[in-house]
Amino acid sequence: MSDPLAGAASSTGVPRATLGSAEGDDVFGTFDTRVARRFLGFLRPHGRDLAWAQIAVLAAAACQVAIPALIGGAVNAAVAMDGHRLDVALLGLAGLGGALTLAAFLEQWLSARLAQRVIFDIRRRMFAHFQDVSLSFMDKTHVGRIMSRLQGDVSALQDLLESSTGALGDVVMLIGITSVLLAMDWKLGLLTLTVLPLLIGARAIWLPYSKRSFLVAREASSAANSALAENINGVRTVQETRREAVNFALYREKGLENFRAQVGAAWMGQIMTPMVDVLTGLAMAIVIVGGGQAVLGGRLQVGVMVAFIFYLQRFFEPVRMLSMQYTVMQRAMAAAHRIFEVLDVPVTIRDAPDAIVLKNAPAAVEFRNVTFGYDAARPILHDINLTVRPREVVALVGPTGSGKTSIIALARRFYEADQGQVLVGGHDVREISLDSLGETIGMVLQDPFLFTGTIEENIRYNARGATTHDVIAAAKAVSAHDFISDLPEGYQTRLGQRGRNVSMGQRQLISFARALVADPQILILDEATANIDSFTEQAIQKALKVLFTGRTCIVIAHRLATIREADNIVVLRQGRILEQGSHGDLIRLGGLYHQLCASAHASFDDCAKADDLAFATRT
Amino acid sequence: MAFSISDSGALGNVPPTPVTGPAKVDVSQMRRVLPRITALALRYPGGLTLAIGCSLGAAVANLTLPRLFGAAVDQAQTLLKAGPAHATQAQAALWATAILVIGATVVRGLLTMFAGYMGEYVSQQVAYDLRLKYFQQLQRLSFGFHDRVHSGDLITRGMLDLEGARVFIQNGAMQALTLVMLVGFASYMMLSADVVMGLIGLTFVPVASIALGRMGFLLRVAWLRIQKLMAILTLTMEENLQGIRVVRAFGAKTFEMSKFDKASIDALNLAYQRILLRCRGVSVMTISFYSAMTILLWYGGHMVVNGSLTSGRLTEFLTYMSLMQSPIRQVAMIFNSAARASSGGERLFEVLDLTPEIADAPAAKPLTPSQGVLRFDHVGFSYVGAAPALSCISFEVRPGQTLGIVGPPGSGKSTIANLAARFYEVTEGSITIDGQDIRSVTLDSLRGYVGLIQQETFLFDSSIGNNVAYADPWTTDERIAGAAATAQLHDHIAGLPDAYETRVGERGVALSGGQRQRLSIARGVTPEPSVMIFDDSAAAIDAVTERRVRDALAQATKTKATIVIAHRLSSLQHADEIIVLDKGRIVERGSHRDLVARGGIYADLYAMQSHAATIGAAERETEEA
Repeated sequence: MSDPLAGAASSTGVPRATLGSAEGDDVFGTFDTRVARRFLGFLRPHGRDLAWAQIAVLAAAACQVAIPALIGGAVNAAVAMDGHRLDVALLGLAGLGGALTLAAFLEQWLSARLAQRVIFDIRRRMFAHFQDVSLSFMDKTHVGRIMSRLQGDVSALQDLLESSTGALGDVVMLIGITSVLLAMDWKLGLLTLTVLPLLIGARAIWLPYSKRSFLVAREASSAANSALAENINGVRTVQETRREAVNFALYREKGLENFRAQVGAAWMGQIMTPMVDVLTGLAMAIVIVGGGQAVLGGRLQVGVMVAFIFYLQRFFEPVRMLSMQYTVMQRAMAAAHRIFEVLDVPVTIRDAPDAIVLKNAPAAVEFRNVTFGYDAARPILHDINLTVRPREVVALVGPTGSGKTSIIALARRFYEADQGQVLVGGHDVREISLDSLGETIGMVLQDPFLFTGTIEENIRYNARGATTHDVIAAAKAVSAHDFISDLPEGYQTRLGQRGRNVSMGQRQLISFARALVADPQILILDEATANIDSFTEQAIQKALKVLFTGRTCIVIAHRLATIREADNIVVLRQGRILEQGSHGDLIRLGGLYHQLCASAHASFDDCAKADDLAFATRT
Repeated sequence: MAFSISDSGALGNVPPTPVTGPAKVDVSQMRRVLPRITALALRYPGGLTLAIGCSLGAAVANLTLPRLFGAAVDQAQTLLKAGPAHATQAQAALWATAILVIGATVVRGLLTMFAGYMGEYVSQQVAYDLRLKYFQQLQRLSFGFHDRVHSGDLITRGMLDLEGARVFIQNGAMQALTLVMLVGFASYMMLSADVVMGLIGLTFVPVASIALGRMGFLLRVAWLRIQKLMAILTLTMEENLQGIRVVRAFGAKTFEMSKFDKASIDALNLAYQRILLRCRGVSVMTISFYSAMTILLWYGGHMVVNGSLTSGRLTEFLTYMSLMQSPIRQVAMIFNSAARASSGGERLFEVLDLTPEIADAPAAKPLTPSQGVLRFDHVGFSYVGAAPALSCISFEVRPGQTLGIVGPPGSGKSTIANLAARFYEVTEGSITIDGQDIRSVTLDSLRGYVGLIQQETFLFDSSIGNNVAYADPWTTDERIAGAAATAQLHDHIAGLPDAYETRVGERGVALSGGQRQRLSIARGVTPEPSVMIFDDSAAAIDAVTERRVRDALAQATKTKATIVIAHRLSSLQHADEIIVLDKGRIVERGSHRDLVARGGIYADLYAMQSHAATIGAAERETEEA
């Protein structure tokens, strides 16, 4: 048991065992003026705050530069036994102390607040953009990836923003201290400053190594964390399959790797400390010997020497901060690049300038010679002509990949037809405002996605005018009221992660109620295929009848009961309408529908085996 | 604590909360948790002693500097007064001081480096130990625990809370030690040199420490609150993106943006408060430091004017002050990390201290099957604090036999499945395999004997082959292909470009619900358990494929005892016995034919399903017509 991996591996080779996986985005990017300029665009609305923050930075840096000079002046006055001059210098020092406090306060407050605001602006812009970009983009992009853009990348920018005003201050301090040193005594100043190139050189050599060990440590840590997360999420399977010992061995390996990487990175981080310290010591020694000589020669006052010592103690901090700032900038560049990539995804579907609002239009849907494909070169739908009259129920049937989902998506204008026209209420969908289209057409999707919140909130969802009474009435109509009332808190029961605390069938019923509250003239429904227990199934069939009453309906149907309700059954295959008519008509026709019915399948989706692959590659 | 957890709990209508931890930090908690974290570091006395010794040495080296500067200034002064006559002597003294300064900085630099390195080394050791312990503990805690505690919360504990405890060892504890030593030495040196000046110079230490300590503490509290709001914001964004089709279908952009803005603005306002807190703390530090320095210079400067103090001494005091400045700034961080470690550590220890509800009995022996008879004898079970989920369940399954279980949602079907492999503990009666109570045998042998395939499939982010071989990583490729073939998945997998090396999961190929379930069935049959329990594990598989899977399984499981839980009665028709559950009790039992004949719940269900809309039924109807 001590090492279950090594033990058995010797007998049968390498075990098929992995734990977790960590793949991240690039951490560091290179400076790109175009990206930087766009980024600055986000600062423009806050120009005044930015200006004040910069003024505060300059003021704080000036105070910091002036303070040692005043201390030196005070010491000089004391040495010269000039009490009055001493008091004047100290008055100045007290004033500068106060000014520095104020300036530093403003600098921090303004720049941190600015950073937060800009970050929230950027995140909001991205989130809003995701509401508008085409669904094909959303289909292709994993939610986890989008979230890491909205969180990780955005906070990398926040780091840059919060520290960049400080970096400006550091630059000013460096220039200020250098000038003051040279002004006070240019010879001693120059001599002392010889240390600076050494320090910069040492850091330049060190930086790439430190960056590498930082990356290694980061990767090792995210590998260990991903292994932990996977084991927690799959803990039931782990216990069911008795993988505990194997997974522990795998995790121990990752933990050890992480330990080594972290310790290595710690070594890299610490190694600069003695370097900086020794160089500081060297500079101070130069001041002591050189300054002492100068004092001896009468060329230097004691106070200046004191000031030099104080300056040197502050001199190296800005250098350190600036080289760290460089790393922050590189990370922010990589992040900004990805953020702009998202913001640059074009919005293809938007309101026409003179978009109309549907009022009293007949609740009809019509497809005229519609051809469409997610990839224009490979059409999914070919030359579809279909008319759905007001209050008619149309069932779409056909194997997976036959284009049913595309038809309903086009009717709701989730995508744009490549050729031909889709008309709702007699108008081309491209002429109708999206809001108006949303009010006219309601949708029940196959996956009854519910949001965290109470059941009442979920049923009401976007119908914000609906009263509690309306919500209950809708739930009653779709036979959801009984099970909801049985829950301990009734309509106020909070749904957990995606409604996990109610059964699949119950989720379905809640989503029916949600569609009913919105009370659309046209209803599009994608019937769930499986996962529903027979006990709820009956309730669902009853609810469907209620939903269909008095509405124009387009249903992707799988159950015969639903299909037979339809006024018109449209059989699709490979993106073309093969046959349509009533159940009796189609059976008499003896075509695909008849075959499908005769083949003893539970639903039409199971028919074509080749569709398995199509399904797997679609998402 | 906002909530407490235990290794048992209730399923049902209480969703686990994703919100992490309390938004407060209390002092008694600090007193309880911090010593415990420190004790973990004490297990590495060598590294710890080295770290402390080095930081002590660094503090001493650091504090020689003010004296050296003072000496240098005085030497320069002396040089000036003495004139060129004693120049060489004074110059030699300057050189000596300069060399001493370099020496002191070399020592300080090296020791600081070692102290920093050793501090991190020890803290990483402790973190490594904690990680392994935590990982192991989570694998041991039973399903009851995992039902109650949200997985996201457990991940947070293992990542952020654990890191909080580590950082406390590395930064909090070590920095506090360095700070105390440095301030202690400096105070001693200053006070012994001149009591009044020492007192003046030290005034900023308590003022700044209190302000910064309070700030560090409050920042932590504010951070916790922000985290809660950010968790809400994250949830809002994540759900919006996952449910983007619903959002679009309802044209709910405005509504969703208003949800986003609400969460976002709350977080923003709290972030402003946090910034203000930080700025205020830092301002107190700055103003108290410069006030003390100004007063010191005024007092000392006038003494220099009087001739009762040398300028070197004055320089020395000023340097002491500026040396203390940066460690004092760390006070905020020390308090922050102590607060973080105490709330995080508590959450971590809370999990580590639990005793797994289900574990091997002290005298547990491996299961020794002979005939292979699984028996439920008057089994009753209730989740903690809930009404009984099962009562008086008795049945027997022999090798080669199949038991079917049906019942409405919540009738206790899955509970039976989970009890058989002892993922929960029976509260009444007993479960035996060949007369051996499953509580008296080792869990490992039991779970190797009883295989459970759940409805909800969890696939690992790895290759398809690795997922099939999950229970037995050393199995052969032939066995993997065989299991996949049994689950009617082999042809599909073989058709993929990378076949069994195709990755599933986030960045791999997307499998349909039915394919996922079949993969899970393949995974379940690979280790060839003697008792197989299918917990509604074919719900997403279409009826025809399911029949093929069932036929293949029948071949593979000829000698196994099988329990099948299903909604689709056609899956159960061939079972030797079917039990119908309602509200945790067996209400009907018998063969399919018996039950249909009896005209009870089962018969109703059967009638309904035959009526229901399968196309198979349609076929019969049309033939009749």
